[in-house]
Amino acid sequence: MKLTALAAALVGFLTSLAAPVHADVTHVAVAANFTEPAKEIAALFKQKTGHEAVLIFGASGAFYTQITHSAPFEVFLSADAERPKMAVDNGYAVPDTLFTYAIGKLVLWSRVIDVTNGEAALKAGNFQKLSIANPVAAPYGTAAVETMKALGVYDALKPKIVQGNSIAQAFQFVDTRNAELGFVALSQLHGVTEGTRWEVPMKLHAPIFQDAVLLKTGANSEASKAFLAFLKGPEARAIIAKFGYVLELS
Amino acid sequence: MLGMPDDIWVPIKLTIELATISTLSLLVVATPLAWWLARSKAWFKEAAAAIVSLPMVLPPTVLGFYLLIALGPDGPGGLIASLWGARTLAFTFTGLVIGSILSSMPFVVQPIRNAFAAVGDRPLEVASTLRASPTRAFWTVALPLASPGLLTGAVLGFAHTVGEFGVILMIGGNIPGRTRVMSTAIFDFVETMRWREANLLAGGMVAFAFVVILAMTLLEKRFTRAGA
Repeated sequence: MKLTALAAALVGFLTSLAAPVHADVTHVAVAANFTEPAKEIAALFKQKTGHEAVLIFGASGAFYTQITHSAPFEVFLSADAERPKMAVDNGYAVPDTLFTYAIGKLVLWSRVIDVTNGEAALKAGNFQKLSIANPVAAPYGTAAVETMKALGVYDALKPKIVQGNSIAQAFQFVDTRNAELGFVALSQLHGVTEGTRWEVPMKLHAPIFQDAVLLKTGANSEASKAFLAFLKGPEARAIIAKFGYVLELS
Repeated sequence: MLGMPDDIWVPIKLTIELATISTLSLLVVATPLAWWLARSKAWFKEAAAAIVSLPMVLPPTVLGFYLLIALGPDGPGGLIASLWGARTLAFTFTGLVIGSILSSMPFVVQPIRNAFAAVGDRPLEVASTLRASPTRAFWTVALPLASPGLLTGAVLGFAHTVGEFGVILMIGGNIPGRTRVMSTAIFDFVETMRWREANLLAGGMVAFAFVVILAMTLLEKRFTRAGA
């Protein structure tokens, strides 16, 4: 009697675990700066299609290295255009699936000094530490360096620069006020009211094209392809714009 | 120096400096702590020992995160730094030393505590019958008898600091010549696909670790035989 009840419970439990036939999981490597919009898009994606997008956040450089060593990602949302292109060129990604999902906006942010006129603040140099993302690994870091060079302040500010290994860490240094100011992604300041900010004019640095691509591991995954299609769609683009990304270069 | 380019040689030099200073500081801090842990009869002794051992179990990023706050303008680090006009101890070599001391503490305290405990009461009782004060007994009896443990602790502390990555990544800021040590330099080389440099540094670290562990084992055997 007890055994039958146990068996019934087990069967019931296992049946409840069975997902609907059409619903799938896709693993998406997401550049750190796109964290908040990605979460919203994934939630909406699940609601609309039933597929689940498991998001992994980190630095694009680290992701690329992992992808070349069989990391189990199916979709790659990079913070730059270079790495998805390398993935296609080196055979890790499916050609013709590459597209720009967002164009990044760089912002100078401070919780300690007034950077509303960012150019003046940088030229005055009244601070001890300026935080940027590591320029060799994160495109927002490269853009920060380009901006400082365009303004002619890079050499003067170089000794004050501290690098976070990702844009998330660069943000952390400014958020904990260890660095008086720093170059972060506009999307990271979504909903943040503290401090002052200066949106860096896009002409001061090469555009931060953020490209997405379907990786070979996800070539046969319906959920992966559906996610990329959803990312191109109007609902996702509305979310992306809301977080302060540019969708088209004017 | 030594024919190696700056971006290889400077991290090595910095790592050795950091490990040496941290280890020496650790010996000064850990020895009295280990002595107390070995000999105290206080009711909260094991709780204190558990707190000392926490860094062994905590993920380095957790330790690093709390350190970032503690070293910054909102924490004690900021207070200390303001003594010389700075805002924070993060991004400084001093900050790294503090971080290394905290994260390597358990690896130094444990062997020394065990060594002191192994000395036992007897030699110290004998010393006091020969009119040695407790302080003199500590320096002339307990410490020499426990020296293999101190050596083990020093070597472990040094090796652990050389390998420390998570904490340094969180509070270092990767400043060349100041906080860019071997572990974070290797991380950078891997991220930018400079495999040759990454292999060079990493291979060097593996060889170093092997030599350290081997030397430690051989030295300890020799010391124990000589002291027994």
